[in-house]
Amino acid sequence: MIKKRSYFKSRKLPYLLILPQILVTATFFYWPAIQGIVASFQLSDPFGFRTQFVWFDNFIALFTDSLYLESVLTTLFFSGSVALVSITFGLFLATMANRVLKATTLTRTLLIWPYAIAPAISGILWLFLLHPSYGVVAIFIEDWFGIDWNPLLESSHAMLLIVLASAWKNVSYNFVFFLAGLQAIPHSLIEAAAMDGASPFRRFWAITFPLLSPTMFFVTVMTIIFSFFESFGIIHAVTQGGPGGSTNILVYKVYQDGFIGLNLGSSSAQSVVLMGLIILITVLQFKYVERKVQYTG
Amino acid sequence: MMVEKTPILDTFTYVALLFGIMLVGFPILYAIIAATLPLEDVSQVPMSMIPGDQLFNNVNEAWSRGHLGTQLFNSFVMASGITLGKIIVSLFGAFSIVYFDYRFRVVAFAAVFCTLMLPVEVRILPTYEMAANLFGPLQSVWNFLGLDGVISWFAGHDIEVSLEFSLLDSYAGLILPLTASATCTFLFRQFFLTIPEELCEAAKMDGASPMTFFWKILVPLSKTNIAALVVIEFVYGWNQYLWPLLITTNPKMTTAVIGLHHLLPSPEDPPEWHIAMAGALIVMLPPILVVLLMQRWFVKGLVEKEK
Repeated sequence: MIKKRSYFKSRKLPYLLILPQILVTATFFYWPAIQGIVASFQLSDPFGFRTQFVWFDNFIALFTDSLYLESVLTTLFFSGSVALVSITFGLFLATMANRVLKATTLTRTLLIWPYAIAPAISGILWLFLLHPSYGVVAIFIEDWFGIDWNPLLESSHAMLLIVLASAWKNVSYNFVFFLAGLQAIPHSLIEAAAMDGASPFRRFWAITFPLLSPTMFFVTVMTIIFSFFESFGIIHAVTQGGPGGSTNILVYKVYQDGFIGLNLGSSSAQSVVLMGLIILITVLQFKYVERKVQYTG
Repeated sequence: MMVEKTPILDTFTYVALLFGIMLVGFPILYAIIAATLPLEDVSQVPMSMIPGDQLFNNVNEAWSRGHLGTQLFNSFVMASGITLGKIIVSLFGAFSIVYFDYRFRVVAFAAVFCTLMLPVEVRILPTYEMAANLFGPLQSVWNFLGLDGVISWFAGHDIEVSLEFSLLDSYAGLILPLTASATCTFLFRQFFLTIPEELCEAAKMDGASPMTFFWKILVPLSKTNIAALVVIEFVYGWNQYLWPLLITTNPKMTTAVIGLHHLLPSPEDPPEWHIAMAGALIVMLPPILVVLLMQRWFVKGLVEKEK
């Protein structure tokens, strides 16, 4: 592993310096993670008086439970939609902002602030916009499409509500990264292509888009992680997983089964599945990133 | 990036940007207008898009009804605590990993970086149990070794030792578990690696101790990175939802983002969306201000975190 050529020698100091980080990580990460893994192999009554080691029973029960599989599908559909909407829109806005060199900072200021808004508040704003009796967007939808709009009762309407609230909050994050990525592309490449007679659209698809692929990969991973976990606030504040479990994404189900339903074994097994998933994503990301990162010094 | 003259495409660019900015801004604009209206106007269908003069009254009402004073204070303590804690812990950690050579360096590095990207959401139950009793692990070891029996044998009667130290409903509980993150350490490590070797050599030649080098050279050099992380972590801390929801049961310890849903009108209540929107505006204001005022560092930090 990389280290400095010149470094300090001290017997106790380096341990003392790393100690806070190790303590916090061990107490709030490793111990809980181990406890979670142990609990996922156990069956316990809601009061925690008796526990029994049951091997993979919790996992088998999980993957044969139609409610859980439904939640998996809901999560995939939800995060896929959020990624599609917020990445397309973010890339589009960044491409446009990159074309107007003069006003880049102003445009960025005007587009950046949804990043600072809590997911739960984003959910509340969109709930008001799409409220069946008072929402202005809801009225628009009812008048133009003749739909009896009600996200509080109708599954697909509720899903649209949380997708919009999540995508809206995430657009500015994606926009910032795409804009930085676009600005890092050497101007000479674009000019050379223009001189060869390539149209702006051709240049975008043939040069800009492929060169943007590392950013695209990163933004996709971050958006998926956002919609898997941080969207919890939106779900809890707005739909509570309903109507009829139609917005019950995996992280909300862990909370519901564990804290409300007190089904510790199942909730722990669900946590372990999520943990495995995110470790897989992280490993993939590092493998991908390692190829393009070079260290100096 | 204007390479050739494309008037139609340029017009389209401006129109598209304007449309995009309006689309992104609309939910907030709508909330602001709603927050200025009286009840009879906000419950009209469709709501008037002309601002009213009730902003002050609505903000006042939201403030007292939602106990926003206490909750905003809690949010502020939590967000600042997480920011400060994360930055201090990770500055020390990165310094230790980059500038020292010791036996467990690689182990420490690996142990910390395994936690990269693992959010608190995937391990909520056990982390909650841990916070409910910080001495839980000690208790397990105690029980495992059967020390209760030993003590009872010594004392001559039955004694049950229970070690308890709870973080529930406390600022420490809101802050500490969320400082366990490797991202900041990773960022500082990456930055330290780009600092020229000569600086450290010169400092050593002048007889500077490691901590003098750290405070006098390393920390001042890291100023921009620290500023960027202050913005990112403050927003992160302020907007936390799941963890404060679990760990606080006392309404006096709730944070503003969570307390907000008490202002949402339920179907039986009068549709007081003007109060709800006024409350939402107050709660979202601090992180928005931080991001806008420190935009330059924030963008730099955000993009750097990727590397």
